[in-house]
Amino acid sequence: MVIESGFVTAGRKAPPPTAAPPFALGIALSLVSAAALAYEILLTRLFSIIQWHHFAYMMISVALLGYGAAGTCVTLLRERLETRLQAVFAGSAALFGASAAAAFLLAQRVPFNALEFLWDPAQPLWLAVVYMLLFVPFFFAAVCVCLMYTRFAARAGRIYSFDILGAAAGCLGVVLVLFVVAPLAALGCVVAMALAAAALVTLVAPARRPARALVFLLLGAALAWAVASPLGTLRMSPYKELSQTLQVMGARVVAQTSSPLGLVNVVESPQVPFRLAPGLSLSAPGEPPEQLALFTDGEGMSAIARYEGKREPLAYLDYITSAAGYHLLARPRVLVLGAGAGGDVLQALYHDAAAVDAVELNPDVIRLVQQDFAAFSGAPYGAPGVRVHVGEARGFVAATQARYGLIQIALLDAFGASSAGLYALAESYLYTVESLQAYLGRLAPGGYLSITRWVALPPRGTLKLAGMAAVALERNGVADPGRRLALIRSWNTATLLVKNGDFTPEDIAWLKDFSRSRSFDLDWYPGIRPDEANRYNQLDQSWFHDGVAALLGPQRAEFIARYKFNVAPATDDRPYFFHFFRWRTLPELLRLKEQGGLPLLEWGYLLVVATLAQALVASIALILGPLWVLRRRTGAGVGRGTWLRSAGYFAAIGIAFMFVEIAFIQKFTLFLSHPLYAIAVVLFAFLLSAGLGSRMSERLSTAASSRVPPAAWPVAAIAGLSLGYVWLLPAALPAFAAWPDAARIALSAVLIFPLGFAMGMPFPLGFAALAASAPTLVPWVWGINACASVVSAVLATLLAIHFGFNFVLLWAVALYVLAAACYPRRAQPPAS
Amino acid sequence: MMLGMPGTAPAADDLAAARQRMVREIETTQRDVAEHTGSKTLDPRVLKVMAEVPRHLFVPKQHQAQAYDNRPLPIGHGQTISQPYIVALMTDLLRVSPGERVFEVGTGSGYQAAILAKLAGEIYSVEIIPPLGRQAAEVLARTGYHNVEVKVADGYYGWPEHAPFDAIVVTAAASHVPPPLVRQLKPGGRMVIPVGTSFLTQHLMLVQKEKDGSVTTRQILPVSFVPLTGGH
Repeated sequence: MVIESGFVTAGRKAPPPTAAPPFALGIALSLVSAAALAYEILLTRLFSIIQWHHFAYMMISVALLGYGAAGTCVTLLRERLETRLQAVFAGSAALFGASAAAAFLLAQRVPFNALEFLWDPAQPLWLAVVYMLLFVPFFFAAVCVCLMYTRFAARAGRIYSFDILGAAAGCLGVVLVLFVVAPLAALGCVVAMALAAAALVTLVAPARRPARALVFLLLGAALAWAVASPLGTLRMSPYKELSQTLQVMGARVVAQTSSPLGLVNVVESPQVPFRLAPGLSLSAPGEPPEQLALFTDGEGMSAIARYEGKREPLAYLDYITSAAGYHLLARPRVLVLGAGAGGDVLQALYHDAAAVDAVELNPDVIRLVQQDFAAFSGAPYGAPGVRVHVGEARGFVAATQARYGLIQIALLDAFGASSAGLYALAESYLYTVESLQAYLGRLAPGGYLSITRWVALPPRGTLKLAGMAAVALERNGVADPGRRLALIRSWNTATLLVKNGDFTPEDIAWLKDFSRSRSFDLDWYPGIRPDEANRYNQLDQSWFHDGVAALLGPQRAEFIARYKFNVAPATDDRPYFFHFFRWRTLPELLRLKEQGGLPLLEWGYLLVVATLAQALVASIALILGPLWVLRRRTGAGVGRGTWLRSAGYFAAIGIAFMFVEIAFIQKFTLFLSHPLYAIAVVLFAFLLSAGLGSRMSERLSTAASSRVPPAAWPVAAIAGLSLGYVWLLPAALPAFAAWPDAARIALSAVLIFPLGFAMGMPFPLGFAALAASAPTLVPWVWGINACASVVSAVLATLLAIHFGFNFVLLWAVALYVLAAACYPRRAQPPAS
Repeated sequence: MMLGMPGTAPAADDLAAARQRMVREIETTQRDVAEHTGSKTLDPRVLKVMAEVPRHLFVPKQHQAQAYDNRPLPIGHGQTISQPYIVALMTDLLRVSPGERVFEVGTGSGYQAAILAKLAGEIYSVEIIPPLGRQAAEVLARTGYHNVEVKVADGYYGWPEHAPFDAIVVTAAASHVPPPLVRQLKPGGRMVIPVGTSFLTQHLMLVQKEKDGSVTTRQILPVSFVPLTGGH
C-alpha cells in the first residue's frame, strides 16, 4: 500500500478509514457539489423558460436519484473505484460537466408537450426520457461525492462539510450569476466548474498529469463557450404564448432581459397590433392604443400601452371590470400590487387618482417600461403622484404605514396557464386569508380592496377568493361579511370588491350603473336578488351568485365539501390558491374526456403526482433494486436488527431533513418577501450551518457517553427549535417586516443557523458509527437515504397542499425522534 | 383508432368508415350531454358534413393516423386542430344555412372552414400566421372548397368588403370580443369564440346580435358537468 497525501497511488487496498482527505481533493469535491446544486437550480430556471415551472419538482427528485444511483454503483464497484480514486473522480467530474451541457440540450429536443399529456399516450414516455437524460449528469456528479464518502467514511464529518459548503456556495452563486449572465451562459459556468474540478484532481494527484489537466480545462472552456454561444439556443415550447406570438407576421422581439426572476421579452407586432384588454366591454367607446407585449418566461403577456400624457386613448381602461373601484371613490390614493407593464397605473392616472404607489417584483420590467421604452410608454411610473417600489406585494404591505382608498391586485398570470391548472403547485402568498387581512388593514375607512381574476368555468378561483375574503373579514371581527363584498363579472374577468365598511345604497347604485352601462354582471352585492345576477354574460346556471351566496351563508362548509373543485380558503400554512384539484372529481372528468371534460382537469397537480410515482419507481429500480439483489455482498455479517435500525435511521433523517428544509423555505419566503431570495438565503444558511454542524459532529461522536446516543442531542435541538419556530415565527416575524432587506436576510440566517447546525449532525454521526461497526452497510444506508430524499422532496409539497407546512414540520420532528431511537449502536473500536 | 402507419395512405373506404365512427362517437357524446341537459341535439346537417369532410387532409402527415380520433392534434406553428366534437358543437351553435356568408378569424388547418363551406354559401377566413394561411388555402383549393377565400391578414377589423356576415367564428385567442366584428355581424347573427388553451377548449362563448341590434353573450360548457355533488 502506497499512500501519498492520502491518495492511493498504486496499491490495491484502501488506507485506514480514519485518514483525512487532502485539502485539494476537498476543494475539488466542493467544486463538484457547487456545480451540481447550481445545475439543479439552473435546470429549474431553464425549464421554466422552455416549458412550465412544474419541472422544479422533477429537478429535485432527478438530482437526488442521481445521487442514490451513484451510491449503488460505487457500492458494487467499490474496491475497483477506490484504488483509482483520482482517475475516477476526475473522469466522473469531466463526464458530469460534459453531460450537464449535453443532457439539457438533448432534453429540450425531446418532443415532450405538457399540454398534450392527457391526450397523447406517448407523452409520459417522453417525460421519462427527459427524466433519464437529466439523471445522467447528476449520476456522474454523485459518483465523485459518493466515492469520497466511502473512501473517507470515518471522516464523514469532514467530507460532509466540504460537500455541503460547496453546495451552499453553488446555490447562492448561481442566483448571483443569473443576475449577470443569461441562463445558458450560467450553464456554461457549471460545465466549466465541473471540468475545473477534474483538472484540479488531475493536477494535485500523486501521478501528476499537467497535460491531462490542461485538456480538462480546455474542454471545459470549449463546452462552456459552445453552450453559451448560438450553438446552444433555448428552444421554447411552441405552445407558450411568446412562441405563438412570434409566429404572427411581422412580430419580433425588440428587447430581452434576463435575471433569476425571469426572462423578460418585449415584442412588437406592427402588422397585427396587440390589443390586450381582458374582458373589455362591448360598450367600450374605443380600442386599446398601440401596445408592445411583455412576456416573462414566455408567458403572462401584459401590454405596454403607448401613452403620450393624454387621457382619451386610455378610455378603454374604464371599460374593464377592475375599473369598478374608481366609480365608488373620488380621486383615491391607490396601491397597485403587481404593477407589471403599467396598465393598472395608467388606469389610476385615467381616473385621476390622488396618488399611486405601484409595487412590482421584477426591476427589469420597471426599467423596460420606465427607461428603455420611455418614449413609447410615456414613463407612467414617473408621472406626477406615482411612486414605484421594487419588491414583493406582501412584504410592501407589511412594511408600509400608509392607508389607501383603493388597493388593486391585477391579473398577474396568464389566462391559458391559469385555466389549465398549470399554477396548481405554485405557492402564492398574494392570495391567502392572512394576506387579505393584511391588505384590509391598509385600507382607509370606506376604502376598497379590488382583486381581479380570470373567469374559469365552472367557477373556481373567484369563488375561492370570495370565501377567503369572508373568512378574512370574520377574523377581523366583521359579523356579516356579505355586507362588505361585491362581485362584478365580464365574460373572462371577474373583480371582487371588499370594502372597509358596509356598502351603502349609494355605493350599490353606482355599482349597478357601472355594470349595466358596460354589460357586466353584478353577481353579488349586499341585498342582491338571485334574478339580478347572470344577465349579460349568461351561464346555464347562476354559478357565481349561487356560489358566493353559499360561501357567505351558514352552509359554507357544506358547500366547500360538496363542490367538485377545491375552493377551501388558502392560508399562509397552505398557500396554494391555485390548487383546485380534487381526487373524487378525477374519475368523472376522465369519463367526460370525449365531451371535452379534460379542460376541467387541474392537471398540474397530476403531473407532480406522476413525478412522485416516477421518482419512486426509478429510485427503487436504480438504488434499492441493485443493492437488494447483491444484499449478501453488501450486508455481509450484519444482523437483521442492525440492518433494520440502520435503514430506519437513514430513511428517517433523509425524509426529515428535506421536510424541514422545504417547510422553512416556505416560512421564510413570506418574511423575506421574495421567493428567490428566500430559496437562496434559506438554502445557503441551512447548508452552511449544516456543514459546520457536520464538522462538529466528529467531536460530539467522541465525547458521547455510552448511555445516550450522540444523535439524541442534535435531535433534541432540532425538535425544540422546529416546534418553537412553528409557534414563534408567525407571531414574531411580522414585527421585523419593515426592516431593510439586508437586516431581514441576516435575521433569517441567524434563526436558521442553530437549526441547520443541529441538522448537519445526524447524517455524519450515523455514517461514522456505521463505518466503524458495520462498514458493509455504508453503501446501503447511502442508497436508502438518497431514496428517502428523492421521494420526500415531492412528498413534502403534496403533504403541504393537503395538510399545511406545520403538519410537514411536525412529521419531520417525529421522524427525527424515530431516527434517534434507531441510531446505529455504538461503534466498536476499529480493529488495529 | 389507427388507420395505418404515419405517412402511408389508407384506403378511401377505411377513411370513410373512420369518419363514420368519429361521427357516431360525436353522436353518442352528444346524447350523453343531452341526457344531462335535456336539450341539446346536434343539427343532422352538421353531422352529415362531418362524415364527409376528409379531416386527415387537414392534419400533418405524421398525425394522419389519429385524424379521426376525437382529440385535438398539433398542426405546427404552435397551433392545433380542435377536437372534432368541439368543431361539431361550434358549427351547430353558428346555425348557418345555405347561401349565408360566414367570416372566420384564425383559419388554422382550414378544417373548420371546410365544414362551414358545405353548410353555408361563402366563407371568408383570415389567418395571421403566413405559412398556415398559405397551406390552408392550398388544401382547401385542392380539395374543392372553392367557396372559401383565405387571406393572411389581421382579423380584428373583419373583412369590410364582404360584411355584414350571418355568422362569425373566432378561433384565434382573443382577450376581448373585437367590437368591429360585432358591427359586421348582421342583426340576428351569431358569433362563436372558443375559450381555452391550444389543446383544451374550456368553454364556448356565443355572442348573439338580436334583430334590434342589442348584443347578448352566453358561455357554454361543452360538457355535462355539474360542479356541485347532488346539485342537479
